[in-house]
Amino acid sequence: MNMELVCPAGSPAALDAALEHGADAVYVGLRNPTNARAFPGLNFTPEALVAAVSAAHARRKKLYLALNTYPTSRHIQVWKDSIDTAAAAGVDAFIIADMALLDYAARRHAGIPRHLSVQGSATTAVALRFFYEHFGIARAVLPRVLSIAQVERLCEHSPVAIEVFAFGSLCIMVEGRCQLSSHVTGQSPNCHGVCSPAEHVHWTELPGNRREVRLGQVLVDRFEPEEPASYPTLCKGRYQQDGNPFYALEEPTSLNTLELLPRLAQAGVAALKVEGRQRGPAYVTQVTRVWRGALDALKGPQPFRILPEWEAQLSHVSEGLQTTLGPYHRRWQ
Amino acid sequence: MKLSLGPLQYFWKRADVMDFYRQAADWPVDVIYLGETVCSKRRELRLPDWLSIADDLAAAGHEVVLSSLVLVEAASELSTLRRMADNGRFGIEANDLSAVQVCLERQVPFVGGPTLNIYNHETLALLQSCGMTRFVLTMDQGESALRALREAQATAGGAFPEVEVLAWGRLPLAYSARCFTARASNLGKDDCGFKCLEHPEGLTLATREGESFIRLNGIQVQSEACCDLAPDLESLRQCGVDYLRLSPQPGGLSEVIERFHGALQSGCPPERAGDCNGYWHGRPGMDWVGAAREFSGDLQEATR
Repeated sequence: MNMELVCPAGSPAALDAALEHGADAVYVGLRNPTNARAFPGLNFTPEALVAAVSAAHARRKKLYLALNTYPTSRHIQVWKDSIDTAAAAGVDAFIIADMALLDYAARRHAGIPRHLSVQGSATTAVALRFFYEHFGIARAVLPRVLSIAQVERLCEHSPVAIEVFAFGSLCIMVEGRCQLSSHVTGQSPNCHGVCSPAEHVHWTELPGNRREVRLGQVLVDRFEPEEPASYPTLCKGRYQQDGNPFYALEEPTSLNTLELLPRLAQAGVAALKVEGRQRGPAYVTQVTRVWRGALDALKGPQPFRILPEWEAQLSHVSEGLQTTLGPYHRRWQ
Repeated sequence: MKLSLGPLQYFWKRADVMDFYRQAADWPVDVIYLGETVCSKRRELRLPDWLSIADDLAAAGHEVVLSSLVLVEAASELSTLRRMADNGRFGIEANDLSAVQVCLERQVPFVGGPTLNIYNHETLALLQSCGMTRFVLTMDQGESALRALREAQATAGGAFPEVEVLAWGRLPLAYSARCFTARASNLGKDDCGFKCLEHPEGLTLATREGESFIRLNGIQVQSEACCDLAPDLESLRQCGVDYLRLSPQPGGLSEVIERFHGALQSGCPPERAGDCNGYWHGRPGMDWVGAAREFSGDLQEATR
């Protein structure tokens, strides 16, 4: 079975890049709070979504809509309307975390497959059975917490197809269960579709060309003149225990699973997800091209080996210019 | 409104856990949640030990609920979960969807834990139809969210389950596959040396300017700030909160319980004793919103 390459697009230009360079499917969000990349200037209007579906289908590719934030009772209609809008636009699947929305999509648009979002925090075959039996999900995106051995076992027992994260910024917390951002800013990935929202980020120049960055009032990190500075997500800040600041939770780094590709294929993983709807067309181009090449090589007659230029290109677009196998690798945990 | 004792978040030596719950038998809390919710490698107590404590506490007149792991990954963790649900005597707090499914398959009613992500009344009703009789409000939801949930549920004609709110303790902010306590000692999770035992109240991390910010507790990250909703007693009552959850800590918990108990008896909210109550007021969790808000009507007045 071929693994599907699922690429991100935050704009029509990124969508074109993904389609042009070999994505099998592209996932997008609407320009409202219904998805986990609710950043200004990003995402698709209903009209743009219609055009996006046409563009994908013209190339015989799929277009998925991410509706992966959790609506409150007061505003749930916005999410339901978005589901209807996307259904009318002809999307090929919904990516949903909230149970009420899964239920709504299953009842109203039974013919459109439902994928459980990574934000749904399902990490076992038993949890997946819950979503399968109640909402008929066709696929689940696994949180970035399982080791490769655990992913393999889960693939054996899962009632639904499995999608895993292959590349991109690494959430190190169980998705759907991280309140670090809301603790400091009041805004969370779950409810607001943002982590460390830009309006709460403050950079300050210090004497000696040093810089510091705060989220709200919390000092996330300080940087020496030559030090690369990264976006202040709280899990990638430097904190101190005994006066020695260190990356207590995680360093700025991106997930890269190229070397696991043969095992993921062998395990029966149905789809590989690339993170990064907030990134531009250049990123989407580069990453899609590398992963398309890798997936094609995997199908080829030669034993799979990672080309040095793939690694170089991926590192170039990674956080902190470095990559990790993250939780797939037991030692990372 | 009644009091509940939440599940122990930290890893304590067996004798300390036993001693803690021996004291708890006499505390004026109606419900006691027992079990390991953070890390399955913490095995000072096994399920039979927890059940034995549960029997003692039940005999002392408390309702006992067994709390499940928040992050379930391994087959062994699932099997513990099943044995827990099959205990036949005590209810279950389901802290992930594996636990919900296990309870559902056995027709065991359950309490929905704070990590189930119940943000709207339709999800609430779905889980009620699966056997959820009580739920703990998702930590980042507060007064206004609870009111909205209740109103929407009433409009939809559904019964509202019992609701519990975390009212005292450090906020469990995040969970990971990684053990941060082990990492702080340059160890991996598989080789952690049970470092958590050395930190019975977590390991404090400060920002680079020395402000204490978070606590590492194994795979869990807690707030350094201690949540205290005692001064908000009146709005908790008005929202129909049934249980105030107090989170175990190594020292001084009986005074904490006495303070809440006294306030419930007298109906007078006490002075602030903790650090934060922001989530309850729809603010960042680490904020403190004082009584001044009622007079100024300006949320910007909120101070940390």
